[in-house]
Amino acid sequence: MSDHEYTPKSKFGKWFNDRLPLLTLASHLTDYPTPKNLNYWWTFGGILTFCLITQIVTGLVLAMHYIAHADMAFDSVEHIMRDVNYGWLIRYIHANGASMFFLAVYIHIFRSLFYGSYKSPREVIWIIGIIIYLLMMAAAFLGYVLPWGQMSFWGATVITNLFSAIPLVGEGIVTWLWGGYSVDNPTLTRFFTLHYLIPFLILGLVVLHIWALHVPGNNNPVGIDIKKPSKDTVPFHPYIVIKDGFALLMFMIVFAFFVFYTPNILGHADNYIEANPLVTPAHIVPEWYLLPFYAILRSVPDKLLGVVAMLSAILILAALPWLDTSKIRSAVFRPLYRQFYWILVADVLILGYVGAMPAEGLYLLVARVATAYYFLHFLVVLPILGYKEKTLPVPLSITEPVLGGSPNLALAKNKEKLEVK
Amino acid sequence: MKSYLRILLIFILFFGFSVKSNSAEKIEYLKTDWSFKGLFGKFDRGALQRGYQVYTEVCSSCHSMKYLSYRNLAEKGGPEFSLAQAKAIAASFEVTDGPNDDGEMFTRPGKLSDKFVMPYDNVKAAQAANGGAYPPDMSVLVKARGGGVDYIYSLLQGYENPPAGMSLDDGVYYNKYMYGNKIKMANQLSDGLVEYGDGTTASVEQMSKDVTTFLMWAAEPHLESRHQMGFKAIVYLTILTILVYFSMKRIWSRIETEV
Repeated sequence: MSDHEYTPKSKFGKWFNDRLPLLTLASHLTDYPTPKNLNYWWTFGGILTFCLITQIVTGLVLAMHYIAHADMAFDSVEHIMRDVNYGWLIRYIHANGASMFFLAVYIHIFRSLFYGSYKSPREVIWIIGIIIYLLMMAAAFLGYVLPWGQMSFWGATVITNLFSAIPLVGEGIVTWLWGGYSVDNPTLTRFFTLHYLIPFLILGLVVLHIWALHVPGNNNPVGIDIKKPSKDTVPFHPYIVIKDGFALLMFMIVFAFFVFYTPNILGHADNYIEANPLVTPAHIVPEWYLLPFYAILRSVPDKLLGVVAMLSAILILAALPWLDTSKIRSAVFRPLYRQFYWILVADVLILGYVGAMPAEGLYLLVARVATAYYFLHFLVVLPILGYKEKTLPVPLSITEPVLGGSPNLALAKNKEKLEVK
Repeated sequence: MKSYLRILLIFILFFGFSVKSNSAEKIEYLKTDWSFKGLFGKFDRGALQRGYQVYTEVCSSCHSMKYLSYRNLAEKGGPEFSLAQAKAIAASFEVTDGPNDDGEMFTRPGKLSDKFVMPYDNVKAAQAANGGAYPPDMSVLVKARGGGVDYIYSLLQGYENPPAGMSLDDGVYYNKYMYGNKIKMANQLSDGLVEYGDGTTASVEQMSKDVTTFLMWAAEPHLESRHQMGFKAIVYLTILTILVYFSMKRIWSRIETEV
């Protein structure tokens, strides 16, 4: 960041920039050298920023009309849906926006896993990312409680009850969280407050996430360190801006389809029934994006150990830069890791599936095997793989591997095959 | 571009997967053509007006619709009764208002701004009158049931004699589409139960379809404008995407890299 000399042209610009170097920052962001071989999996960072801003803006408008009171919350949501001008649009964008946000973040995380973006020197970016992800889950859970439907109420009851698993002080903590002896109005008002707060914490962390990114620069599909700026890089503007913009528009089309044509498909029908503490729904299920962790929680017969397993499943990711012992970043040059990667993807999808099913019989068995494999992947497979795996030769630069100068990965791989022969 | 198609494929697979897993224990519901489904789906005005009639004459004696006002009946995208008709409908109900200057509650004819009059004063009264079962409010009922309109449509026609060996308590009825097959609402519809003003034959099937359409509108009063705006938004986004795609190609042609 510091290897950047910039002087504003105008006199006022210079005067201002000497006092607050905003123009230097803008110039840094514009010129920021980005690897030119980034594929579309890299566009989800920009998409996620868009998602966050969308949630904050729509959330602000909703908060102007929503009433955080156990007797009025459900009514006020219906008021928004019926009588507020375009209230239905704002609410459906906000509700589906949460799902789109998680969809994008999962792609972003799995991109990082595939190309080894979490490895040195990018550990801090990765850990900040994990904190953002945790906060996102908290915000999503709190937000799901606000409409005060049946799933809101019972989801809140189930999740807050997890804290009762803590020995000795557990019950006390749950009462403290509820602000009473059950989920009720005090719970709702504090959940609303926290739901309003968390997005701004996320926004702050996103700034740090990007700042930390701009120190070493982007990883890339080949996963090698590159010289910046060089023939391997392009300035962020206009090259990456237009490409991110194109990808964002494609994403928005999918987003719009959900908002306008199937706005309730990702939610649970029971949440259109007003919360009733006397009637428990047949199945209490969280939103789809929390299902894999829900499956892990339920696959352990002991409550406390279940909670520990669920939390570990997320926190283990923070240790990933040290669990993965391989020096090679990109899975493109790690034939064995590539296979284990796809097994992990399948494993998480299976966990998500069984998380939506009742925890009994075959589903429970599958959930247990998948949970065991999840931890096995991070705690055993990755550390050993770093020592045992025979990796493919890594090119020296992005432009180097291919005759004709195209850094197309397929060509790069073909060339390796030629070399092996 | 290739990797983008791959991402799109994963999107589709993923959502196909999650939608399927949500509806794992689905029963086969009765099918009918709903005019409000699809990209340009709109409500059938006639069905909405007939559905309102079925609601008022049959359902409303037990089921409330607390989020609807009489003014909604004349609004665009709904049954679109004329303003005079809606006023007349509102005036046909007695609304409790007050307290007046003497501190007394009084009744007066309904106005457009009034909410639909509730059949019972409170939940307890509703339960007391219905053998302990609360007839759910119908404002968002369609969205509050997993099967949506198909479920409601089927349920209304799903009354049968219980299979041999199944004994039902008093006030409990057999319905093949109800969760657990036991329902506390008796069969309400019979052929010719209401007399439609537009001359449509009031078969059970017809009434079920009409009242379900009405309930769909009640739950999603802005469905028509949502569909219209959605189509415009997606067309706009698509055109913009194509333009941006060519700009991107143009910009990236300055360097020897494919996007």
